[in-house]
Amino acid sequence: MSDRGGASPPLVELTLARFREFLREPEAVFWVFAFPVIMTCALGIAFRSRGAEPVVVGIVESAAGGRLAGMLEADGGFTVRRIAPADVERAIRDGRAPVVVEPGPPPVYRFDQARAESQVARLAVDRALQRAAGRLDAFTADERPIAAVGSRYIDWLVPGLLGMNIMSTGLWGVGFAIVQARTKKLLKRLVATPMSRAEYLASHVLSRLLFLAMEATVIVGFAWAAFGVGVEGSLLSLAALAVLGALTFGGLGLLVASRARTIEAVSGLMNLVMLPMWVLSGVFFASSNFPDLMQPFIQALPLTALNDALRGVMNDGLPLTALGKDIAVLAAWGAGSFGLALRWFRWQ
Amino acid sequence: MKRYPDVVAVAGLDLDVGRGECFGLLGPNGAGKTTTIEILEGLLDQDEGDVRVLGLSWHGDRAELRRRLGVQLQETQLADKLTVGETLRIFRSFFADGPTVDELLDVVELGAKRASWVGKLSGGQKQRLAVACALAGRPELLFLDEPTTGLDPQSRRQLWDVLGRFRAEGRTILLTTHYMDEAHALCDRVGIMDKGTLIALGTPRELVASIGAEHVVEFAVTGAAPASDALRALPGVRDVRVDDGRLSLATSELHETVPALLDFVRGRGAALSSLVTHSATLEDVFVSLTGRHLRDE
Ligand SMILES: Nc1ncnc2c1ncn2[C@@H]1O[C@H](COP(=O)(O)OP(=O)(O)OP(=O)(O)O)[C@@H](O)[C@H]1O
Ligand SMILES: [Mg+2]
Repeated sequence: MSDRGGASPPLVELTLARFREFLREPEAVFWVFAFPVIMTCALGIAFRSRGAEPVVVGIVESAAGGRLAGMLEADGGFTVRRIAPADVERAIRDGRAPVVVEPGPPPVYRFDQARAESQVARLAVDRALQRAAGRLDAFTADERPIAAVGSRYIDWLVPGLLGMNIMSTGLWGVGFAIVQARTKKLLKRLVATPMSRAEYLASHVLSRLLFLAMEATVIVGFAWAAFGVGVEGSLLSLAALAVLGALTFGGLGLLVASRARTIEAVSGLMNLVMLPMWVLSGVFFASSNFPDLMQPFIQALPLTALNDALRGVMNDGLPLTALGKDIAVLAAWGAGSFGLALRWFRWQ
Repeated sequence: MKRYPDVVAVAGLDLDVGRGECFGLLGPNGAGKTTTIEILEGLLDQDEGDVRVLGLSWHGDRAELRRRLGVQLQETQLADKLTVGETLRIFRSFFADGPTVDELLDVVELGAKRASWVGKLSGGQKQRLAVACALAGRPELLFLDEPTTGLDPQSRRQLWDVLGRFRAEGRTILLTTHYMDEAHALCDRVGIMDKGTLIALGTPRELVASIGAEHVVEFAVTGAAPASDALRALPGVRDVRVDDGRLSLATSELHETVPALLDFVRGRGAALSSLVTHSATLEDVFVSLTGRHLRDE
């Protein structure tokens, strides 16, 4: 008799239902799959490594300027742009020329001290002009550039994008669905059955895993095919971390949605949770840019832990055993938020 | 008893529903029907009073009650983007025993809609699906909160048939409704609620008989309205109401009252501007008890 009339166990039915509902929502599918691919593409192109690129130098237009340009072009390694005298500051500001030379004697270097690119260009121009004026090098250093795979910006970026995607789809996917079920009184209807409440919440988190498999494959696969971003460590470790991340942020999504009554309220809460992590957790730039005082806080954030661990596997080829701290931080967030959500959850 | 900050939703309701019975709670908007039924369903806690369902209490036997009850709520919207079959599978999966999904589809005659999205169903089909979900565990007791509100007469009749088959198996239904004809057609006994209390209880026939008149005559006259005392003296008349220039008489002897009324009006040198008669219904019971209509038309 207890064959459930042809239905599968509740956890399976509930998880499948979440999965189907998601796939039938074209906008959601776009955000989950197309968004990270577009992002990887745009950033990959903007920050592609260009090998030894010529340094761009601006030269203020004048008779003397022509000679100066000739000198730099003879040295090689420079692209010269003529800049009108009134246009100098704007050219530096908008990045047309990181350094602009006003012909002397002595020449004047106009550049932006706050930009690394600008400083490097100033040094290169100075060296070339000094040499042209007859300065001799005291010695010639032996230069050995490294061309390590996995050290480009895109290699560093892709694990961060993967982490960010796991976070935002986890929070949105779970939070949105829960609040919708609450406003439609579907939650109330479900608690009027013998359904286990823990199983209902777990089904939302578990359905994340089904999407995750697809999301992660799309992102990692695309980055590999388009930019040659590889995985140094084992794919299995990468998969395990992605699963852990999805469970953690699914749990966080439950917590964020546990009391909210409206979509507006839950959207606000989600942004409140995600915004600091987008900035602090090293998605687009390293979190080590922030002062030491903030580091204990930043290191305790789940996205920091996930990004660090994903980079450990993808860029540095580390085994999971070397990522114990990050894994512990993720597991603590996941278990803690699931437990609190179960306790605080508003079913009606 | 259930209190909300600015209103006492249900106060002092004493009610017994027997097994195998179909019981209807009838009342206007805000009467406390939903509050009452949700307390019985264990979805709301009462502030005072004792509730027993199938001889069990919500404090000690919650899990067992959940297995043995079927519930349909007034406001639930099932997931739009799941199909009818998928929705039923979910509800069915919560119960160890019960009909198969196919049997449930047959009971509510939605077999042809099995693969349609819930969001694409008509109002009546959605309500039948909601009832099918409530039947998923082969409940002994079925709670329905306004199952037919907003449906066209044909859809209502289809749903009545479903409930009729459920009752034929000797199981119990407690439903709420705005519709007198629905209570008449489905219920063995009816409780009429107003402002959180039960103002009448009995079989539909008993309740109609309780106003002492099987017929109602509604009319309006030209000129000044006649005094109600004079009307009360007409043969057969039990009760007189004046409502905004419209008069209504409750009578037990229609064939005597109407000719006497015509003579009376003619004798005053006035004329009838309208005259309608109908058999007394639960609506008239409600009017005679409260002086108001069930539905504010
Ligand atoms: N959550 C709540 N908070 C405050 N007041 C409430 C709440 N729920 C119901 N009420 C009030 O309690 C009273 C009874 O409401 P209830 O929903 O039980 O009426 P009902 O008979 O089901 O009406 P309807 O026919 O409109 O469904 C109403 O005055 C309503 O405003
Ligand atoms: Mg109601």
